[in-house]
Amino acid sequence: MKILIATAVVAAFFAGTATAQDTVVPTAVMFDEGAVGVSLTGVVGDAANGRKVFANRKQGNCLACHANADLSEQSFHGEVGPPLDGAADRWSEDELRGIVTNSKLMFEGTIMPAFYIDAGYTRPLEKFDGKSILSAQQVEDVVAYLMTLKEN
Amino acid sequence: MNTKLLQTVAALSLLAGVAVAGEDATLIINDEETMVTEAAAPAHAENLDRIYSGWVFRADETQVLQMDDFDNPAFVFTDQGQDLYDTVDGTAGESCANCHGDVDSFAGLTAQMPRVNSDGELETLTELVNNCRTERMGAEAWKYSASQMTAVTALIGLQSRGMPVDVAIDGAAAPYWERGKELYYTRVGQLDMSCSNCHEDNYDVMIRADHLSQGQTNGFPTYRLKNAKLNSRHGRFKGCMKNIRATPFKEGGDEFKALELYVASRGNGLSVETPSVRN
Ligand code: HEC
Ligand code: HEC
Ligand code: HEC
Repeated sequence: MKILIATAVVAAFFAGTATAQDTVVPTAVMFDEGAVGVSLTGVVGDAANGRKVFANRKQGNCLACHANADLSEQSFHGEVGPPLDGAADRWSEDELRGIVTNSKLMFEGTIMPAFYIDAGYTRPLEKFDGKSILSAQQVEDVVAYLMTLKEN
Repeated sequence: MNTKLLQTVAALSLLAGVAVAGEDATLIINDEETMVTEAAAPAHAENLDRIYSGWVFRADETQVLQMDDFDNPAFVFTDQGQDLYDTVDGTAGESCANCHGDVDSFAGLTAQMPRVNSDGELETLTELVNNCRTERMGAEAWKYSASQMTAVTALIGLQSRGMPVDVAIDGAAAPYWERGKELYYTRVGQLDMSCSNCHEDNYDVMIRADHLSQGQTNGFPTYRLKNAKLNSRHGRFKGCMKNIRATPFKEGGDEFKALELYVASRGNGLSVETPSVRN
Protein backbone atom coordinates (compact mmCIF):
# COMPACT_ATOMS: atom_id res chain seq x y z
CA MET A 1 0.00 0.00 0.00
CA LYS A 2 2.80 2.36 0.85
CA ILE A 3 4.42 1.68 -2.50
CA LEU A 4 1.15 2.22 -4.28
CA ILE A 5 0.74 5.62 -2.65
CA ALA A 6 4.27 6.53 -3.53
CA THR A 7 3.65 5.56 -7.14
CA ALA A 8 0.50 7.62 -7.23
CA VAL A 9 2.35 10.60 -5.86
CA VAL A 10 5.10 10.23 -8.42
CA ALA A 11 2.57 9.87 -11.23
CA ALA A 12 0.74 12.97 -10.07
CA PHE A 13 4.04 14.79 -9.87
CA PHE A 14 4.90 13.84 -13.44
CA ALA A 15 1.48 14.76 -14.70
CA GLY A 16 1.95 18.07 -12.98
CA THR A 17 5.26 18.76 -14.72
CA ALA A 18 3.91 18.03 -18.14
CA THR A 19 2.70 21.55 -18.74
CA ALA A 20 3.71 23.98 -21.42
CA GLN A 21 5.85 25.69 -18.82
CA ASP A 22 8.18 22.76 -18.63
CA THR A 23 8.60 22.34 -22.31
CA VAL A 24 12.26 22.41 -23.21
CA VAL A 25 12.75 25.56 -25.26
CA PRO A 26 14.76 25.17 -28.49
CA THR A 27 17.90 26.82 -27.11
CA ALA A 28 17.89 24.55 -24.04
CA VAL A 29 17.80 21.21 -25.86
CA MET A 30 20.79 19.09 -24.85
CA PHE A 31 22.42 17.06 -27.60
CA ASP A 32 24.73 14.13 -27.14
CA GLU A 33 26.40 13.20 -30.44
CA GLY A 34 23.31 14.37 -32.32
CA ALA A 35 20.87 12.52 -30.06
CA VAL A 36 18.45 14.05 -27.55
CA GLY A 37 17.86 11.83 -24.53
CA VAL A 38 15.12 13.77 -22.79
CA SER A 39 11.57 14.25 -24.04
CA LEU A 40 10.97 17.86 -25.09
CA THR A 41 7.62 17.93 -23.28
CA GLY A 42 7.40 15.01 -20.89
CA VAL A 43 4.17 14.06 -22.63
CA VAL A 44 4.23 10.74 -24.47
CA GLY A 45 4.19 11.34 -28.21
CA ASP A 46 1.01 10.64 -30.16
CA ALA A 47 2.09 8.54 -33.14
CA ALA A 48 -1.23 9.01 -34.95
CA ASN A 49 -0.83 12.77 -34.85
CA GLY A 50 2.85 12.41 -35.73
CA ARG A 51 1.82 10.63 -38.90
CA LYS A 52 -0.32 13.63 -39.84
CA VAL A 53 2.43 16.12 -39.04
CA PHE A 54 4.81 14.03 -41.16
CA ALA A 55 2.62 14.35 -44.25
CA ASN A 56 1.27 17.89 -43.74
CA ARG A 57 2.88 20.28 -46.22
CA LYS A 58 2.71 23.18 -43.78
CA GLN A 59 4.13 21.20 -40.84
CA GLY A 60 6.70 18.42 -41.15
CA ASN A 61 6.31 17.96 -44.90
CA CYS A 62 8.77 15.12 -44.46
CA LEU A 63 7.28 13.50 -47.55
CA ALA A 64 8.78 16.31 -49.62
CA CYS A 65 12.14 14.59 -49.23
CA HIS A 66 11.47 11.11 -47.87
CA ALA A 67 9.46 8.25 -49.30
CA ASN A 68 7.53 6.27 -46.69
CA ALA A 69 5.58 3.13 -47.59
CA ASP A 70 3.35 3.56 -44.54
CA LEU A 71 1.89 6.69 -46.17
CA SER A 72 1.23 5.10 -49.55
CA GLU A 73 -2.20 6.77 -49.65
CA GLN A 74 -0.40 10.11 -50.11
CA SER A 75 0.70 10.80 -53.66
CA PHE A 76 4.16 12.19 -54.43
CA HIS A 77 6.90 11.05 -52.12
CA GLY A 78 10.17 12.92 -52.50
CA GLU A 79 13.57 11.34 -52.98
CA VAL A 80 15.99 13.99 -51.68
CA GLY A 81 16.63 11.96 -48.51
CA PRO A 82 16.57 8.18 -47.89
CA PRO A 83 13.24 6.31 -47.61
CA LEU A 84 12.20 6.15 -43.98
CA ASP A 85 10.86 2.61 -44.04
CA GLY A 86 12.46 0.83 -41.10
CA ALA A 87 13.80 4.07 -39.58
CA ALA A 88 13.19 2.68 -36.08
CA ASP A 89 15.39 -0.33 -36.89
CA ARG A 90 18.29 1.97 -37.76
CA TRP A 91 17.95 4.63 -35.07
CA SER A 92 17.09 4.77 -31.38
CA GLU A 93 14.33 7.03 -30.10
CA ASP A 94 16.89 9.49 -28.76
CA GLU A 95 18.66 9.62 -32.09
CA LEU A 96 15.41 10.17 -33.93
CA ARG A 97 14.51 12.98 -31.53
CA GLY A 98 17.88 14.54 -32.26
CA ILE A 99 17.45 14.17 -36.03
CA VAL A 100 14.02 15.80 -36.02
CA THR A 101 15.01 18.53 -33.56
CA ASN A 102 18.15 19.58 -35.44
CA SER A 103 19.42 17.13 -38.04
CA LYS A 104 22.48 19.29 -38.68
CA LEU A 105 24.08 17.97 -35.54
CA MET A 106 23.73 14.40 -36.81
CA PHE A 107 24.34 15.04 -40.53
CA GLU A 108 26.72 17.91 -41.08
CA GLY A 109 25.69 20.28 -43.84
CA THR A 110 22.45 18.44 -44.57
CA ILE A 111 19.66 20.01 -46.62
CA MET A 112 17.17 18.68 -44.04
CA PRO A 113 15.72 21.58 -42.06
CA ALA A 114 16.08 21.80 -38.28
CA PHE A 115 12.51 21.47 -37.03
CA TYR A 116 13.01 22.71 -33.50
CA ILE A 117 15.24 25.76 -33.53
CA ASP A 118 13.93 29.30 -33.36
CA ALA A 119 17.01 31.45 -33.90
CA GLY A 120 19.94 31.74 -36.24
CA TYR A 121 17.89 32.08 -39.42
CA THR A 122 19.00 34.38 -42.23
CA ARG A 123 16.21 36.53 -43.73
CA PRO A 124 13.28 34.45 -42.47
CA LEU A 125 9.85 35.60 -43.63
CA GLU A 126 8.61 37.84 -40.85
CA LYS A 127 5.78 35.55 -39.79
CA PHE A 128 8.24 32.72 -39.12
CA ASP A 129 10.88 34.84 -37.42
CA GLY A 130 11.75 33.54 -33.96
CA LYS A 131 9.56 30.47 -34.44
CA SER A 132 10.41 26.82 -34.83
CA ILE A 133 8.88 24.87 -37.71
CA LEU A 134 7.32 22.34 -35.33
CA SER A 135 6.23 22.71 -31.74
CA ALA A 136 7.90 20.60 -29.06
CA GLN A 137 4.89 18.29 -28.88
CA GLN A 138 4.77 17.92 -32.66
CA VAL A 139 8.42 16.81 -32.54
CA GLU A 140 7.54 14.24 -29.87
CA ASP A 141 4.57 13.07 -31.94
CA VAL A 142 6.71 12.67 -35.07
CA VAL A 143 9.34 10.78 -33.08
CA ALA A 144 6.64 8.46 -31.70
CA TYR A 145 5.45 7.92 -35.26
CA LEU A 146 8.99 7.24 -36.56
CA MET A 147 9.35 4.62 -33.79
CA THR A 148 6.50 2.69 -35.47
CA LEU A 149 8.42 2.45 -38.77
CA LYS A 150 9.90 -1.02 -38.34
CA GLU A 151 10.70 -3.62 -40.93
CA ASN A 152 12.31 -6.26 -38.73
CA MET B 1 14.53 -15.34 -78.96
CA ASN B 2 11.66 -16.25 -76.72
CA THR B 3 8.28 -14.62 -77.14
CA LYS B 4 8.56 -12.58 -73.99
CA LEU B 5 11.74 -10.93 -75.20
CA LEU B 6 10.17 -10.29 -78.58
CA GLN B 7 7.20 -8.67 -76.92
CA THR B 8 9.49 -6.49 -74.87
CA VAL B 9 11.40 -5.39 -77.94
CA ALA B 10 8.17 -4.65 -79.74
CA ALA B 11 6.88 -2.66 -76.78
CA LEU B 12 10.10 -0.72 -76.59
CA SER B 13 10.09 0.26 -80.22
CA LEU B 14 6.44 1.21 -79.91
CA LEU B 15 7.32 3.44 -76.98
CA ALA B 16 10.17 4.97 -78.90
CA GLY B 17 7.68 5.76 -81.65
CA VAL B 18 5.19 7.57 -79.47
CA ALA B 19 7.58 9.14 -77.02
CA VAL B 20 7.58 12.67 -78.41
CA ALA B 21 9.38 13.98 -75.37
CA GLY B 22 10.99 12.70 -72.19
CA GLU B 23 14.20 13.13 -70.30
CA ASP B 24 16.35 12.07 -73.23
CA ALA B 25 14.25 13.85 -75.79
CA THR B 26 15.53 16.54 -78.07
CA LEU B 27 13.84 19.90 -78.11
CA ILE B 28 13.12 20.72 -81.72
CA ILE B 29 10.84 23.68 -82.18
CA ASN B 30 8.44 23.85 -85.10
CA ASP B 31 10.16 20.75 -86.53
CA GLU B 32 13.14 22.85 -87.55
CA GLU B 33 14.98 24.63 -84.73
CA THR B 34 17.03 22.28 -82.52
CA MET B 35 17.78 23.62 -79.05
CA VAL B 36 20.84 22.73 -77.01
CA THR B 37 19.24 21.48 -73.79
CA GLU B 38 22.34 19.73 -72.45
CA ALA B 39 25.95 20.83 -72.64
CA ALA B 40 29.28 20.58 -70.87
CA ALA B 41 29.24 22.86 -67.85
CA PRO B 42 31.24 26.06 -68.20
CA ALA B 43 34.43 25.96 -66.12
CA HIS B 44 33.14 28.58 -63.69
CA ALA B 45 30.24 26.29 -62.66
CA GLU B 46 32.82 24.20 -60.87
CA ASN B 47 30.44 21.78 -59.15
CA LEU B 48 28.62 20.72 -62.30
CA ASP B 49 29.77 18.42 -65.09
CA ARG B 50 26.83 18.93 -67.42
CA ILE B 51 24.24 21.65 -67.61
CA TYR B 52 20.62 21.00 -68.52
CA SER B 53 17.74 23.18 -69.53
CA GLY B 54 14.73 23.01 -67.22
CA TRP B 55 12.80 21.67 -70.22
CA VAL B 56 14.57 18.31 -69.81
CA PHE B 57 12.94 17.74 -66.42
CA ARG B 58 9.40 18.65 -67.29
CA ALA B 59 6.64 16.12 -67.89
CA ASP B 60 6.05 15.01 -71.48
CA GLU B 61 2.84 16.97 -71.83
CA THR B 62 4.59 20.16 -70.71
CA GLN B 63 7.57 19.53 -72.95
CA VAL B 64 5.38 19.10 -76.00
CA LEU B 65 3.80 22.52 -75.53
CA GLN B 66 7.14 24.15 -76.21
CA MET B 67 7.80 22.18 -79.38
CA ASP B 68 5.39 24.11 -81.55
CA ASP B 69 4.74 27.82 -81.39
CA PHE B 70 1.06 27.23 -82.15
CA ASP B 71 0.78 25.10 -79.00
CA ASN B 72 2.98 27.32 -76.86
CA PRO B 73 0.65 29.44 -74.70
CA ALA B 74 3.38 32.07 -74.27
CA PHE B 75 2.82 33.28 -77.81
CA VAL B 76 -0.43 34.96 -76.84
CA PHE B 77 1.78 37.17 -74.68
CA THR B 78 4.58 37.77 -77.17
CA ASP B 79 1.84 38.88 -79.59
CA GLN B 80 0.73 41.37 -76.96
CA GLY B 81 4.38 42.35 -76.65
CA GLN B 82 4.48 43.04 -80.39
CA ASP B 83 1.41 45.29 -80.10
CA LEU B 84 3.04 47.20 -77.25
CA TYR B 85 6.25 47.47 -79.26
CA ASP B 86 4.37 49.04 -82.16
CA THR B 87 2.18 51.36 -80.10
CA VAL B 88 3.00 54.99 -79.38
CA ASP B 89 3.13 55.74 -75.67
CA GLY B 90 4.33 58.71 -73.61
CA THR B 91 4.76 62.44 -74.14
CA ALA B 92 7.36 62.11 -76.92
CA GLY B 93 4.83 60.40 -79.19
CA GLU B 94 7.16 57.52 -79.95
CA SER B 95 6.85 53.77 -80.15
CA CYS B 96 9.70 51.31 -79.74
CA ALA B 97 9.34 50.48 -83.42
CA ASN B 98 9.79 54.12 -84.44
CA CYS B 99 13.36 54.09 -83.21
CA HIS B 100 14.35 50.42 -83.26
CA GLY B 101 12.55 49.25 -86.39
CA ASP B 102 11.81 45.55 -86.62
CA VAL B 103 12.19 43.82 -83.27
CA ASP B 104 14.59 41.33 -84.85
CA SER B 105 17.22 44.04 -84.56
CA PHE B 106 17.52 42.78 -80.97
CA ALA B 107 18.74 39.34 -82.07
CA GLY B 108 21.53 38.20 -79.76
CA LEU B 109 20.90 40.72 -76.99
CA THR B 110 19.09 38.45 -74.53
CA ALA B 111 21.83 35.83 -74.77
CA GLN B 112 24.23 38.35 -73.23
CA MET B 113 22.04 39.86 -70.55
CA PRO B 114 22.53 40.98 -67.89
CA ARG B 115 25.70 42.94 -68.66
CA VAL B 116 27.75 45.78 -67.29
CA ASN B 117 27.27 49.15 -69.03
CA SER B 118 29.85 51.83 -69.76
CA ASP B 119 29.26 53.33 -66.30
CA GLY B 120 30.30 50.05 -64.71
CA GLU B 121 26.75 49.22 -63.61
CA LEU B 122 25.09 45.88 -64.03
CA GLU B 123 21.96 46.30 -66.15
CA THR B 124 19.16 43.95 -67.03
CA LEU B 125 17.04 43.87 -70.16
CA THR B 126 14.12 45.03 -68.07
CA GLU B 127 16.05 48.13 -67.06
CA LEU B 128 17.06 48.89 -70.66
CA VAL B 129 13.42 48.80 -71.71
CA ASN B 130 12.36 51.03 -68.84
CA ASN B 131 15.22 53.43 -69.65
CA CYS B 132 13.86 53.94 -73.11
CA ARG B 133 10.37 54.41 -71.74
CA THR B 134 11.30 57.04 -69.18
CA GLU B 135 14.26 58.74 -70.90
CA ARG B 136 13.29 58.56 -74.54
CA MET B 137 9.52 58.15 -74.72
CA GLY B 138 8.36 60.24 -71.81
CA ALA B 139 6.36 57.24 -70.65
CA GLU B 140 6.04 55.76 -67.21
CA ALA B 141 8.29 52.90 -66.20
CA TRP B 142 6.58 49.54 -66.10
CA LYS B 143 6.77 47.62 -62.84
CA TYR B 144 9.63 45.16 -62.87
CA SER B 145 7.53 42.07 -63.57
CA ALA B 146 4.44 43.76 -65.01
CA SER B 147 2.63 41.86 -67.74
CA GLN B 148 3.63 44.50 -70.32
CA MET B 149 7.27 44.15 -69.30
CA THR B 150 7.35 40.35 -69.46
CA ALA B 151 5.51 40.50 -72.80
CA VAL B 152 8.04 42.88 -74.37
CA THR B 153 11.12 41.22 -72.85
CA ALA B 154 9.82 37.81 -73.99
CA LEU B 155 9.37 39.21 -77.50
CA ILE B 156 12.93 40.57 -77.44
CA GLY B 157 14.17 37.26 -75.99
CA LEU B 158 12.48 35.31 -78.78
CA GLN B 159 14.79 37.09 -81.25
CA SER B 160 17.70 35.22 -79.64
CA ARG B 161 16.00 31.84 -79.51
CA GLY B 162 18.45 29.06 -80.39
CA MET B 163 21.52 31.19 -79.69
CA PRO B 164 23.79 30.05 -76.86
CA VAL B 165 23.57 31.88 -73.55
CA ASP B 166 26.83 33.81 -73.31
CA VAL B 167 26.96 36.27 -70.45
CA ALA B 168 30.27 37.90 -69.57
CA ILE B 169 31.53 37.31 -66.04
CA ASP B 170 34.99 38.79 -66.16
CA GLY B 171 36.34 42.35 -66.07
CA ALA B 172 33.82 44.85 -64.77
CA ALA B 173 31.25 42.05 -64.34
CA ALA B 174 33.43 40.09 -61.93
CA PRO B 175 32.38 41.75 -58.65
CA TYR B 176 28.68 41.39 -59.54
CA TRP B 177 29.20 37.78 -60.46
CA GLU B 178 31.00 37.09 -57.16
CA ARG B 179 28.14 38.68 -55.26
CA GLY B 180 25.63 36.56 -57.16
CA LYS B 181 27.62 33.44 -56.46
CA GLU B 182 27.72 34.24 -52.76
CA LEU B 183 23.94 34.66 -52.73
CA TYR B 184 23.48 31.40 -54.62
CA TYR B 185 25.31 29.46 -51.94
CA THR B 186 23.91 31.26 -48.89
CA ARG B 187 21.31 29.43 -46.84
CA VAL B 188 18.26 31.51 -46.07
CA GLY B 189 14.80 31.29 -44.57
CA GLN B 190 13.28 29.21 -41.83
CA LEU B 191 14.01 26.10 -43.91
CA ASP B 192 17.61 27.29 -44.12
CA MET B 193 18.41 26.34 -47.69
CA SER B 194 20.46 27.82 -50.51
CA CYS B 195 19.69 27.75 -54.21
CA SER B 196 22.49 25.21 -54.55
CA ASN B 197 20.92 22.79 -52.05
CA CYS B 198 18.09 22.19 -54.49
CA HIS B 199 19.38 23.14 -57.93
CA GLU B 200 22.95 21.89 -57.70
CA ASP B 201 22.97 19.10 -55.09
CA ASN B 202 19.59 17.64 -55.95
CA TYR B 203 18.67 18.33 -59.56
CA ASP B 204 16.94 15.43 -61.31
CA VAL B 205 15.49 14.39 -57.95
CA MET B 206 11.85 14.57 -56.89
CA ILE B 207 11.02 17.00 -54.11
CA ARG B 208 7.48 15.93 -53.33
CA ALA B 209 5.66 16.46 -56.65
CA ASP B 210 8.38 18.55 -58.31
CA HIS B 211 11.16 17.21 -60.47
CA LEU B 212 14.07 19.49 -59.54
CA SER B 213 15.95 21.12 -62.39
CA GLN B 214 19.18 23.08 -62.27
CA GLY B 215 17.16 26.28 -61.97
CA GLN B 216 18.47 27.62 -65.29
CA THR B 217 17.15 30.88 -66.71
CA ASN B 218 17.65 30.27 -70.43
CA GLY B 219 13.90 30.08 -71.03
CA PHE B 220 12.83 33.30 -69.32
CA PRO B 221 10.44 35.00 -69.30
CA THR B 222 8.74 31.65 -69.01
CA TYR B 223 5.09 30.70 -69.29
CA ARG B 224 4.01 28.71 -66.26
CA LEU B 225 0.98 26.45 -66.36
CA LYS B 226 0.63 27.12 -62.66
CA ASN B 227 -0.28 30.80 -63.07
CA ALA B 228 -1.01 30.91 -66.82
CA LYS B 229 1.20 33.91 -67.49
CA LEU B 230 4.74 34.91 -68.31
CA ASN B 231 7.05 34.90 -65.29
CA SER B 232 10.15 37.03 -64.92
CA ARG B 233 13.45 35.74 -63.60
CA HIS B 234 13.21 37.83 -60.48
CA GLY B 235 9.64 36.68 -59.94
CA ARG B 236 10.86 33.10 -60.00
CA PHE B 237 13.72 33.79 -57.61
CA LYS B 238 11.23 35.42 -55.29
CA GLY B 239 8.94 32.38 -55.42
CA CYS B 240 11.79 30.01 -54.59
CA MET B 241 12.81 32.17 -51.64
CA LYS B 242 9.28 32.30 -50.29
CA ASN B 243 8.99 28.53 -50.54
CA ILE B 244 11.87 28.19 -48.12
CA ARG B 245 10.21 30.82 -45.92
CA ALA B 246 12.82 33.47 -46.66
CA THR B 247 12.12 37.16 -47.15
CA PRO B 248 12.79 37.63 -50.87
CA PHE B 249 15.07 40.36 -52.14
CA LYS B 250 13.46 43.16 -54.10
CA GLU B 251 12.68 42.53 -57.78
CA GLY B 252 15.05 44.72 -59.76
CA GLY B 253 17.26 45.19 -56.70
CA ASP B 254 21.02 44.74 -56.60
CA GLU B 255 20.87 41.26 -55.06
CA PHE B 256 18.54 39.75 -57.64
CA LYS B 257 20.43 41.44 -60.47
CA ALA B 258 23.69 39.90 -59.26
CA LEU B 259 21.96 36.55 -58.81
CA GLU B 260 20.51 36.87 -62.32
CA LEU B 261 24.01 37.30 -63.74
CA TYR B 262 25.41 34.39 -61.76
CA VAL B 263 22.55 32.00 -62.56
CA ALA B 264 22.62 32.98 -66.24
CA SER B 265 26.37 32.28 -66.34
CA ARG B 266 25.76 28.73 -65.10
CA GLY B 267 23.76 28.26 -68.28
CA ASN B 268 26.39 29.60 -70.70
CA GLY B 269 26.17 27.22 -73.66
CA LEU B 270 22.49 26.30 -73.40
CA SER B 271 20.19 27.69 -76.06
CA VAL B 272 18.03 30.66 -75.28
CA GLU B 273 14.53 29.10 -75.22
CA THR B 274 12.48 32.21 -74.60
CA PRO B 275 9.55 31.95 -74.24
CA SER B 276 9.68 28.54 -72.59
CA VAL B 277 6.87 26.55 -70.99
CA ARG B 278 7.14 25.16 -67.48
CA ASN B 279 4.68 23.92 -64.89
C1 HEC C 1 14.60 19.13 -47.65
C2 HEC C 1 14.62 17.70 -47.54
C3 HEC C 1 14.28 17.03 -46.22
C4 HEC C 1 13.17 17.22 -45.44
C5 HEC C 1 12.03 18.21 -45.66
C6 HEC C 1 13.27 16.25 -44.38
N1 HEC C 1 14.40 15.52 -44.51
FE1 HEC C 1 15.02 14.00 -43.28
N2 HEC C 1 16.72 13.80 -44.38
C7 HEC C 1 17.02 14.49 -45.52
C8 HEC C 1 18.30 14.03 -46.03
C9 HEC C 1 18.99 14.54 -47.29
C10 HEC C 1 18.74 13.04 -45.14
C11 HEC C 1 20.05 12.25 -45.20
C12 HEC C 1 21.04 12.85 -44.27
C13 HEC C 1 22.09 13.64 -44.97
O1 HEC C 1 21.83 14.79 -45.38
O2 HEC C 1 23.18 13.10 -45.17
C14 HEC C 1 17.72 12.91 -44.12
C15 HEC C 1 17.78 11.99 -43.08
C16 HEC C 1 16.73 11.71 -42.23
C17 HEC C 1 16.69 10.60 -41.28
C18 HEC C 1 17.73 9.53 -41.15
C19 HEC C 1 17.51 8.63 -42.32
C20 HEC C 1 17.83 7.15 -42.13
O3 HEC C 1 16.89 6.44 -41.79
O4 HEC C 1 18.95 6.81 -42.31
C21 HEC C 1 15.49 10.67 -40.65
C22 HEC C 1 14.98 9.72 -39.59
C23 HEC C 1 14.80 11.83 -41.17
N3 HEC C 1 15.56 12.43 -42.12
C24 HEC C 1 13.53 12.21 -40.76
C25 HEC C 1 12.86 13.31 -41.26
C26 HEC C 1 11.58 13.76 -40.76
C27 HEC C 1 10.80 13.09 -39.67
C28 HEC C 1 11.24 14.86 -41.46
C29 HEC C 1 10.04 15.75 -41.29
C30 HEC C 1 9.79 16.24 -39.95
C31 HEC C 1 12.30 15.08 -42.44
N4 HEC C 1 13.26 14.13 -42.28
C32 HEC C 1 12.31 16.10 -43.37
C33 HEC C 1 16.25 15.46 -46.11
C34 HEC C 1 15.06 15.96 -45.63
C1 HEC D 1 13.28 57.78 -79.22
C2 HEC D 1 13.91 56.60 -79.70
C3 HEC D 1 13.72 55.33 -78.86
C4 HEC D 1 12.55 54.78 -78.45
C5 HEC D 1 11.15 55.28 -78.65
C6 HEC D 1 12.90 53.56 -77.80
N1 HEC D 1 14.25 53.39 -77.82
FE1 HEC D 1 15.26 51.83 -77.08
N2 HEC D 1 16.99 52.74 -77.50
C7 HEC D 1 17.13 53.95 -78.15
C8 HEC D 1 18.52 54.31 -78.21
C9 HEC D 1 19.09 55.56 -78.86
C10 HEC D 1 19.22 53.29 -77.55
C11 HEC D 1 20.72 53.21 -77.28
C12 HEC D 1 21.49 52.94 -78.51
C13 HEC D 1 21.31 51.53 -78.93
O1 HEC D 1 21.93 50.65 -78.33
O2 HEC D 1 20.57 51.26 -79.88
C14 HEC D 1 18.22 52.32 -77.15
C15 HEC D 1 18.54 51.11 -76.53
C16 HEC D 1 17.62 50.12 -76.30
C17 HEC D 1 17.94 48.80 -75.86
C18 HEC D 1 19.36 48.25 -75.65
C19 HEC D 1 19.83 47.75 -76.99
C20 HEC D 1 21.23 47.26 -76.97
O3 HEC D 1 21.57 46.45 -77.84
O4 HEC D 1 22.01 47.67 -76.14
C21 HEC D 1 16.78 48.11 -75.75
C22 HEC D 1 16.59 46.65 -75.34
C23 HEC D 1 15.72 49.01 -76.10
N3 HEC D 1 16.25 50.21 -76.43
C24 HEC D 1 14.38 48.67 -76.10
C25 HEC D 1 13.37 49.58 -76.36
C26 HEC D 1 11.98 49.26 -76.21
C27 HEC D 1 11.40 47.90 -75.82
C28 HEC D 1 11.30 50.40 -76.49
C29 HEC D 1 9.81 50.62 -76.38
C30 HEC D 1 9.25 50.36 -75.07
C31 HEC D 1 12.29 51.40 -76.85
N4 HEC D 1 13.53 50.87 -76.74
C32 HEC D 1 11.99 52.68 -77.25
C33 HEC D 1 16.12 54.68 -78.68
C34 HEC D 1 14.78 54.45 -78.46
C1 HEC E 1 13.57 23.80 -51.78
C2 HEC E 1 14.20 23.69 -53.05
C3 HEC E 1 14.49 24.95 -53.84
C4 HEC E 1 15.33 25.97 -53.49
C5 HEC E 1 16.12 26.12 -52.21
C6 HEC E 1 15.33 26.87 -54.62
N1 HEC E 1 14.51 26.41 -55.60
FE1 HEC E 1 14.35 27.17 -57.46
N2 HEC E 1 12.96 25.75 -57.92
C7 HEC E 1 12.54 24.76 -57.07
C8 HEC E 1 11.53 23.96 -57.71
C9 HEC E 1 10.81 22.77 -57.12
C10 HEC E 1 11.36 24.52 -59.00
C11 HEC E 1 10.43 24.02 -60.11
C12 HEC E 1 11.04 22.79 -60.73
C13 HEC E 1 12.43 23.05 -61.24
O1 HEC E 1 12.60 23.64 -62.32
O2 HEC E 1 13.39 22.73 -60.49
C14 HEC E 1 12.30 25.63 -59.11
C15 HEC E 1 12.49 26.39 -60.24
C16 HEC E 1 13.44 27.38 -60.39
C17 HEC E 1 13.72 28.09 -61.61
C18 HEC E 1 13.01 27.90 -62.95
C19 HEC E 1 13.74 26.93 -63.83
C20 HEC E 1 13.13 26.82 -65.20
O3 HEC E 1 13.63 26.00 -65.98
O4 HEC E 1 12.17 27.52 -65.51
C21 HEC E 1 14.73 28.96 -61.35
C22 HEC E 1 15.36 29.94 -62.31
C23 HEC E 1 15.05 28.81 -59.95
N3 HEC E 1 14.27 27.83 -59.39
C24 HEC E 1 16.03 29.53 -59.30
C25 HEC E 1 16.29 29.44 -57.93
C26 HEC E 1 17.19 30.32 -57.23
C27 HEC E 1 17.98 31.45 -57.85
C28 HEC E 1 17.18 29.91 -55.93
C29 HEC E 1 17.89 30.56 -54.74
C30 HEC E 1 17.44 31.90 -54.43
C31 HEC E 1 16.29 28.77 -55.82
N4 HEC E 1 15.75 28.53 -57.05
C32 HEC E 1 16.07 28.03 -54.66
C33 HEC E 1 13.02 24.50 -55.81
C34 HEC E 1 13.96 25.26 -55.15
